[in-house]
Amino acid sequence: MSGTIELNGGALAALMPMHMILDGDGVVRATGPTLSKIFADEDMVGRAPHDLFDVRHPADGLEKLLAGYVPRQKVRFYPRNGARCALKGEAIALGGGQGVFINLSLGISIVDAVRQFGLTQRDFASTDLAVELLYLVEAKNAVMGEAMRLNSRLSAARSKAQEQALTDMLTGLRNRRGLNLALEALIAKRAVFSVLHIDLDFFKTVNDTLGHAAGDEVLRRVGEILTDETRGHDIAARAGGDEFVVVLEGESDPKVLKILSDRIIARLEEPIPFDGTLCKISGSIGATTSRSYRYPAIDQLLHDADVALYAAKDAGKGCFRMAEIGHEDDTRQTA
Amino acid sequence: MHGLVNKAIQAFVIGAHGPDAWDAVATQAGVTPDGIEAFAQYDDALTERLLSAAMAHLNTSRDAILEDTGAFLVSGPSSEALRRLLRFGGQDFRDFLFSLDDLRDRARLAVDDLDLPVLHLHSAGPNSFVLDCGWTIPGCAALVVGVLRAMADDYGVLAMMDFSDTRPDAIEITLFDDAHSAGREFELAVVR
Repeated sequence: MSGTIELNGGALAALMPMHMILDGDGVVRATGPTLSKIFADEDMVGRAPHDLFDVRHPADGLEKLLAGYVPRQKVRFYPRNGARCALKGEAIALGGGQGVFINLSLGISIVDAVRQFGLTQRDFASTDLAVELLYLVEAKNAVMGEAMRLNSRLSAARSKAQEQALTDMLTGLRNRRGLNLALEALIAKRAVFSVLHIDLDFFKTVNDTLGHAAGDEVLRRVGEILTDETRGHDIAARAGGDEFVVVLEGESDPKVLKILSDRIIARLEEPIPFDGTLCKISGSIGATTSRSYRYPAIDQLLHDADVALYAAKDAGKGCFRMAEIGHEDDTRQTA
Repeated sequence: MHGLVNKAIQAFVIGAHGPDAWDAVATQAGVTPDGIEAFAQYDDALTERLLSAAMAHLNTSRDAILEDTGAFLVSGPSSEALRRLLRFGGQDFRDFLFSLDDLRDRARLAVDDLDLPVLHLHSAGPNSFVLDCGWTIPGCAALVVGVLRAMADDYGVLAMMDFSDTRPDAIEITLFDDAHSAGREFELAVVR
């Protein structure tokens, strides 16, 4: 296998539609049809490569090839006609001062180039994988589009599920929504019940000094304590942040509420180990009972328990206060 | 069967017969109210239930549903993306026919668990071909005939597609006119 073969211009155009032949003087003698298309109607023949392209590689130009010092070199050309594409390819010295043969390719610029120059399947050699590449780009976009739609459907479903959830993910207690539903049910069946509003003391210090992971661990532990200290049919909820609410059905005796609250506070004050250190918190509790109202309403109950809670905080934290519901409040409720 | 295939049946029933027809078919086939997920694998039995339900509801044959689904896939109003992907197979219809042997692999480049039919084209004369079809469920030839008829139209050729009398799951293709009509526009670049 040796020697030379002869290919006429038509064969070269079909096999290498982006070729360019320089003569011994280094000016363009012929170009393939697709390369001509990139230069629109510009006449390329008779011009120097530097005139047509910004020759990025080889940095010292094509002189060594023309002189026959090197037999072949990789090239990288940027058309000077404003076309947005980077052409890459291989240049071969023809030897004997006959010039240089360069075969170019659009490389990754292909996606842009087919649009810019209106290229068709016929503009590529049939061995060129250009069309397969374009196929893949479109297939990828179609699949990505479908995946994005799937993604947004899933995230919509997820937030809907979260909205509808009744449980607080971190503590396993009821969330605000779960709490409200439970209170509504108690009020609807005219049950006697009490509401304890618990706010953690020094929780912010734990969060700020030991980080959110420590804070989360404390909240989980509080969830366990509240579950331990309540009966099966009582309701323990995380109302948000470091606020908790316990609802005791069938219980309205302030003495019992105080005993339970003191026990909860004592448990909260047991240091909580986290990552080799101990987190120390406490809790303040305000309470009210359904018996204080002729027509108990959720907002009013929670508000009054909250006022009692702040009284407990003002009294030095880590203690319990019962809401003081005056006669006026009662008449306001019934008005 | 891949969700994309079941979704194609869904698209055809909705597109050609309306959302109510699809609701009836889906209910009878036991599709969950969320509908069919494009990127999920389903048991072939679901595809069979969809086809049976569509046959009962639309009062037509299994082959007719598959063929119409195939044609709808390519020529339906929302099928431009798929039509284009198929057109990348060849610059003319003959080229396209020869690219069908690669169809399954091409699809897998995009979605690697998509099991499209296995197709083999044989030349039977200068203008006639036989296409062997194989798939996990029966009726593949009908689906492919639908796709081919729509693609012939797309390329603007006059061709006849028929089920072979001598080979099971094979299609006989006869080309009468390579440039029967202008066909539909196809540029390599997506028109934005």
